Amino acid sequence: MTTVENTSKGGLGAWLKTDTPTSRFHARCISIWNAWADLSGNFLAMVGLAIIIALILMAIFAPWLATANPNIQHLGDRLQPPGWQGHLLGTDELGRDIWSRIVFGARVTLYIVGLVAVTAPVFGLIIGAVAGTIGGWTDRLLMRLTDIFLAFPRLILALAFVAALGPGIVNAVLAIALTAWPPYARVARAETLTVRRSDYIAAARLQGASTLRIIIGHIMPMCVSSLIIRVTLDMAGIILTAAGLGFLGLGAQPPLAEWGAMISTGRQYLLSHWWVATIPGLAILTVSLGFNLLGDGLRDVLDPRGNRQ
Amino acid sequence: MSEQRESAPVHGDLTEAGAGGGLMLPRVFRHIGNTGLSLVITLFGLLLVTFVIGRLVPVDPVLSVVGERATQEQYETAARAMGLDKPIPEQFAIYVNSVAHGDFGHSNLTARPVVEDLADAFPATLELATLATILGVLFGVPAGVVSAVNQGRWPDQVLRFVGLLGYSMPVFWLGLIALLVFYGQLEWVGGPGRLDTSYELSYEFDVTRHTGSILIDSALSGAWDVLFNALTHIVLPVVVLGYFSLAYISRMTRSFMLEQLGQEYVTTARVKGVPEWRVVWVHALGNAAVPLITVIVLSYAALLEGSVLTETVFAWPGLGLYITKALFAADLNAVLGGTVVIGVVFVCLNLLSDLLYVAVDPRAR
Repeated sequence: MTTVENTSKGGLGAWLKTDTPTSRFHARCISIWNAWADLSGNFLAMVGLAIIIALILMAIFAPWLATANPNIQHLGDRLQPPGWQGHLLGTDELGRDIWSRIVFGARVTLYIVGLVAVTAPVFGLIIGAVAGTIGGWTDRLLMRLTDIFLAFPRLILALAFVAALGPGIVNAVLAIALTAWPPYARVARAETLTVRRSDYIAAARLQGASTLRIIIGHIMPMCVSSLIIRVTLDMAGIILTAAGLGFLGLGAQPPLAEWGAMISTGRQYLLSHWWVATIPGLAILTVSLGFNLLGDGLRDVLDPRGNRQ
Repeated sequence: MSEQRESAPVHGDLTEAGAGGGLMLPRVFRHIGNTGLSLVITLFGLLLVTFVIGRLVPVDPVLSVVGERATQEQYETAARAMGLDKPIPEQFAIYVNSVAHGDFGHSNLTARPVVEDLADAFPATLELATLATILGVLFGVPAGVVSAVNQGRWPDQVLRFVGLLGYSMPVFWLGLIALLVFYGQLEWVGGPGRLDTSYELSYEFDVTRHTGSILIDSALSGAWDVLFNALTHIVLPVVVLGYFSLAYISRMTRSFMLEQLGQEYVTTARVKGVPEWRVVWVHALGNAAVPLITVIVLSYAALLEGSVLTETVFAWPGLGLYITKALFAADLNAVLGGTVVIGVVFVCLNLLSDLLYVAVDPRAR
């Protein structure tokens, strides 16, 4: 249905800039375009976006970007400095190429971040929207549960969960997701409370929509944009927690190339061979900085209450 | 924090009308009563979560006591002695009861009651987190104010970037780099641990324990060489943790100050001819201080937790290192005990920030 409008006079640019949208899809495209126009003017947010795109490309094209197999050991070439015989960033304590391990580590990082980002906010959204819409005792019970999980320090709770479930990358993701959902539930509930008395909800109810339908079809979509900002801002925290678990030996297990675990092994050679621990840390720093910069920019653009003076 | 006060009585909300009976009580008492009740419920939930985690662990607690070669009979006697034959709710009741009496069981790792271990470890963590928070407030608040006053100009950009860098840096990595540079290369500071090994004996014998904090105890005992050595060891972890605290506090200060500086009373004060420094540092900061207190207390609580990784890097014998070590030794009592203690401190600090909020802000009363 949109192709017709696309080809109308003025082309895509005019179609996106018009102030009289002709369909719901059209209106949505315009609002996304406007947000993008705001965001692209923010230099730091663009830097952040570039970092994240680079990370994704790195993960996708890892086999082509890597100069060696990340897991093959050359004990004769161990702990060589950066630039030594084609090892761009040197080699680690088992003679593995650090650059290749960093490249493949991007996959692990994206895997963890991706899994947490699709589980925790969805769970928080359901809890928050249900609590906010139904109210009463359901609300109190669910929010009390949220408070209990919020009261726990995240890393300690994740540690305890991993201790119970056993170390490993999937369990680390699970532990992080279990500790990450409460803020999303809070955000979703706050958004729900602002819309649940609106006329359009009352209209839907009068038309006979069930509570479930109202929550899924009319309340949840209203919460999504605040959740997206929150998730982007939280990404860095998720990466850092995952790296922390890896550093403690509770996340990804060897020989998997995980940046936090790489720092952990490099720690033993810190004073004599600085690059083994330093380089994976720079990778973590760059990626979480990227998410923070983008998150900041997104918040400025999407959140009308932000400091946009 | 603000979600709790969203309840404007809207049509058809019967629960609000029902709560009207408590209106005779001053709101302060009602507030304290409510927070007290929620504190109890939260603590109960905390214990429930640790209890469930304890039951989820694939380690058989009986086997770790009686050993692999125990007969069926010995095994069952031990299980009965540990109360494992009782129904789960009863086991939970016993667990809550013993924790309430300060009994977390014995640690397999140190062969001592977990409570004693925790009492040894806690002051070390407290020392670190307190000094780091002081550092964070000392530099973070002015940085946030300067940032807000210069919004958009270069001091703001620089300070914001420094803060964002703190947000993005793995704390254990920064700790390692700091060790590499200031201990390994420059040799300006002491290395991992709380003291040099050569001073540990004199700490053991010359210093009387009053508080468990090396800095305070050695100063009280007049052991200045121990104090000096301890200072060279604590400075690096405190600076590392303080940087993270600073990043958070300066960011929040900036946003609170921006909010205040846009208010009309600021314009009024300026029109009245109040000097600009007074408008910023007294009028605006005074009002921003109210939410800021909550932020500072919460960042203090976060440092108590975040020190797990820092303590591992700096071999600092605090709670975090204790929990981590216990975790690898599958010493469940110690892990759960430590988790509960940190959780309780966390909850209490949250409560404290709530009460401070009420005490400082007349509008919240």
